[in-house]
Amino acid sequence: MATTLADDLRPLHHPHSWVTRYIWSQDHKVIAIQYSCTAIAIGLVALVLSALMRLQLGFPGAFPAITPDNYLQFVSMHGMIMVVYLLTALLLGGFGNYLIPLMIGARDMVFPFVNMLSYWFYLLSVIVLVAGFFVPGGPTGAGWTLYPPQAISEGTPGHQWGIVTMLVSLAIFVAAFTMGGLNYVTTVLQARTRGMTLMRMPLSVWGIFTASVMGLLAFPALFVAAIMMLFDHLAGTSFFMPTMQSAGAITSTQGGSPLLFQHLFWFFGHPEVYIVALPAFGIVSDLVSVHARRNIFGYRMMVWAIVIIGALSFLVWAHHMYVSGMNPYFGFFFATSTLIIAIPTAIKVYNWMLTLWRGNIHMRVPMLFAIAFIFTFIHGGLSGLFLGNVSVDVPLSDTFFVVAHFHMVMGVSPVLVIFGAIYHWYPKITGRMWNETLGKLHFWITFLGVYAIFLPMHYLGILGVPRRYYALGQADFIPPSVHLANQWISIAALAVFAAQSLFFFNMIWSLFRGPKADPNPWGAASLEWQTPQTPPAHGNWGPKLPIVYRWAYDYSVPGAERDFIPQTEPRA
Amino acid sequence: MNLIARLSERSWEPASDRLDLSHRPSAGAVGLAAYAAVMAVMFSLVMVAYVMRMGLHAAMGHADDWVAMPHPPLLWINSAVLVMSSVAWEVARRAAERGEASRAPLLGGALGLCFLGGQWLLWRHYQAAGYYLASNPANAFFYLLTALHGVHIAGGLVAAAWVLASRTLPHVRLCALYWHLLLLIWMAIAVLLLLT
Amino acid sequence: MPIAVAIAVLVFGSVAFHLLSPWWRTPIASNWGSIDSALDVTLWICAAAFVLLNLFLAWALVRYRHRPGHHAHYEPENSRLEKRLTFWTAIGIAGMLAPGLAAWGKFVSVPKDATIIEAVGQQWQWSFRYPGPDGVLGAAAVKYVTPDNVLGLDPLDPYGRDDLLIETGDLHLPLGKPVKILLRSKDVLHDFYVPEFRAKMDLVPGIVTYFWMTPTKTGTFDILCAELCGTGHHQMRGKVVVETPKAFAAWQAQQSSFGQILAEAPPAAMSILLIKANACTVPASWSIR
Ligand code: HEM
Ligand SMILES: [Cu+2]
Ligand SMILES: [Cu+2]
Repeated sequence: MATTLADDLRPLHHPHSWVTRYIWSQDHKVIAIQYSCTAIAIGLVALVLSALMRLQLGFPGAFPAITPDNYLQFVSMHGMIMVVYLLTALLLGGFGNYLIPLMIGARDMVFPFVNMLSYWFYLLSVIVLVAGFFVPGGPTGAGWTLYPPQAISEGTPGHQWGIVTMLVSLAIFVAAFTMGGLNYVTTVLQARTRGMTLMRMPLSVWGIFTASVMGLLAFPALFVAAIMMLFDHLAGTSFFMPTMQSAGAITSTQGGSPLLFQHLFWFFGHPEVYIVALPAFGIVSDLVSVHARRNIFGYRMMVWAIVIIGALSFLVWAHHMYVSGMNPYFGFFFATSTLIIAIPTAIKVYNWMLTLWRGNIHMRVPMLFAIAFIFTFIHGGLSGLFLGNVSVDVPLSDTFFVVAHFHMVMGVSPVLVIFGAIYHWYPKITGRMWNETLGKLHFWITFLGVYAIFLPMHYLGILGVPRRYYALGQADFIPPSVHLANQWISIAALAVFAAQSLFFFNMIWSLFRGPKADPNPWGAASLEWQTPQTPPAHGNWGPKLPIVYRWAYDYSVPGAERDFIPQTEPRA
Repeated sequence: MNLIARLSERSWEPASDRLDLSHRPSAGAVGLAAYAAVMAVMFSLVMVAYVMRMGLHAAMGHADDWVAMPHPPLLWINSAVLVMSSVAWEVARRAAERGEASRAPLLGGALGLCFLGGQWLLWRHYQAAGYYLASNPANAFFYLLTALHGVHIAGGLVAAAWVLASRTLPHVRLCALYWHLLLLIWMAIAVLLLLT
Repeated sequence: MPIAVAIAVLVFGSVAFHLLSPWWRTPIASNWGSIDSALDVTLWICAAAFVLLNLFLAWALVRYRHRPGHHAHYEPENSRLEKRLTFWTAIGIAGMLAPGLAAWGKFVSVPKDATIIEAVGQQWQWSFRYPGPDGVLGAAAVKYVTPDNVLGLDPLDPYGRDDLLIETGDLHLPLGKPVKILLRSKDVLHDFYVPEFRAKMDLVPGIVTYFWMTPTKTGTFDILCAELCGTGHHQMRGKVVVETPKAFAAWQAQQSSFGQILAEAPPAAMSILLIKANACTVPASWSIR
């Protein structure tokens, strides 16, 4: 077959057998599904861990099998898995892989072989991560931030082996991500089809593209931090290790700086927050626009905001370190830069709402999730202003206010978008339709449940309840009502936990029994809905690449006969 | 069209059709540029960490903490080998651009291998002189930087072998570019080591 | 429709929760009222944004819901509107940043007359040190630590001789006097956190960190550790007693100094101590006993 990439003369790699088609596949759609399934599987582990933590917090003492060490291990693994192995992998490896070529009119990623390697490295990193549960001493319990010296010192669970599997797994993950990220970035820059100018790309692509660029620039910090900590741990160097007392003796390390690690970690860690947020921003823009039958409001502003947020997010990392003991004068700069980011972020929120305004809103399940996202994101974004505003952060840092804030903004919000996106693209990916009633039920329990979990947590934090506490114990400032709150939060968490089975049942059942889906059930204008086959075949576009004549948001154009005009429709 | 103009296009208006794709660089070149950014960030972070860690000992009252390493002649020899290797790749690139096959890539690759061998000897030399990884942060950073750089050289050699085996001339250009980038990074590392 | 109702209910519910819930800041016991008011300003601005934005959202969802004959309005952008929104957002941001930075300005400038007190953290307990009559804390480092010198004071530093050491007891602070609390860790990161004081700061092994405050209320408060430091993190507690300067002086008079502790140490322990300090000879300027 003579199908080629947009402007590249290399022939498309064609699978010859079942194995090369579905296992060692180089097709971006298959890789996307592999990525997504792996990410969701490991994400379920993190979800189970969160249920266990909530059992301990809500009913302290009722589960003697959960020891303080276990609790810290659950916290650490839950946090790391959710942020890196679930959200990053799912949004970029999953949605990025699936959507980029389809949305820009390419046949595949530009480096399909590297793309395949990326997935297998990712799988390896997940396996090494899971191995941490089985090594002597169990996984690391140093928190997802893995701060040294405790991460590799006596007194922290998993300081001997668990931390090694964690760091090695992260290093492999960074390699996997870099391979994937190079692909996403190059594909967007280089393989857009005819007529697909940068500003005609859907915002999903913009979000994923910017997040990939950021990932490429931020993950190296995590990589070198992990390598340096491995050196400290296994070879006895003192990058991060000061002279300290450990197991009753004075260590031979000296002069190392724990703060150096924190700077490296957050130079990665803050952009990481936006690496999961920007794809969600992009995707939700598309969901809102399609289901409100209205062009995204202020498209150019939306693109610029994504790019500006991406760039600025490299200048704010030390807002996680206001009370870390770094030079306190840095606080002035980082507070200002942090609050400045709020402006482009707020613009995005306004534009989502202004898209709904004067729209023609269809309340389908993906739209419900998108609206819920706007609500939780406003909440989480605003609570972030408290933490960014230096002096206000002093009482709040390391309390449950922080836990509540980041769950709202980078836990719940992207997850709601992911659910919405899965419901939205499921008909294209599988060719089947899911069950509407189950979808709505799943939505309502999840949305109301997570708000019930995380709203009260803010108040516990303002009261002063610290995070990463196995049990609160006795303290004068903690009234008995706090225990009641913890119980109710746990009950809500278990309800949300259980409700996810509705989602999985719906997805799996519909895969086999769902009604056949229309190729473009929502009447969407962007390219991925215009493929000749549903689900799209290998090579995506049949013999000829599509040509793009307009932007992705021609909805309800005055004078048009339908309320959307596909990007492939020539202008009159 | 420049980038600003492209990013401020009012794409909902009809005027913006652009159907010509001929101006695009090849995928390999774009991918390499992106990877160059990754390398740049990674090495600069380690170097910033180096400077931070070096500056710390005074503030923390460990006067004996940081002891700079000596600069044996082998350091200069290795650097020269890497420069020559880069020159060979440059010759190969120019030949490839004219569409001629040449032996220069082989020479470039061989010199790259020599460089790796030289670095190995340099490590042995330091070990023999008692400059172990864990005995001083300066040593630790030295080994870390050279190891990271060496891994990239080794990766480049594998890629070069693959390119030579499959005889794809356009890729010789990418190999040469990658090699020059690694030379640049090496020079930055060497300058840092020599200055401190 | 249900979603619009849900959002409106959640907005009013959140406001009601805020007004009715029993959980809010514990009564303050330090001078950091400015932090509390910065938080209040931030809260009011954010709450206004939260209510306005979400009510607008709920209204739009009802008003522009799909129904037969209804069409969406095509409007790619409206830069005037976007500029106005940007402007007002910037005003709101500046409005909360100003008190935040002002309070931080106070937080980073320690008054000259602040008394110096040291808190030392180790897995999983707190110890404290007062400078004694000379008003200066002696040098200290982890490398000097021995069983008889748990806080790691330099045995050769004359300034350390009169330092008062509280190895397991409570921290006492005089009411109304600014104190600069120096923080030092013997092992891993910790964080000195007293909710009533509002201020907190990490302890970082290898360096000495600090913060300052003035206690404004007598009483006994809990000290917690707010930086994950291992298995016993949640049990790393201490107590701080804020009392009148008179009571404080009386309490201080009963504490033993490093010099006294050394005097009671057996000779064998002394020699270990001096070896740690690399001292071959005892400086002539002072004698050990
Ligand atoms: C219903 C879902 C979830 C529940 C019930 C839940 C619950 C928890 C709990 C109880 C903690 C520990 C709090 C503490 O003691 O400090 C925690 C920590 C954390 N969670 Fe979640 N979580 C959920 C979903 C998520 C998601 C989707 C993310 C993705 C970003 C996430 C990211 C984190 C992180 C980063 C931490 C911090 C870990 C650390 O302190 O090192 N969680 N979560
Ligand atoms: Cu951040
Ligand atoms: Cu602690």
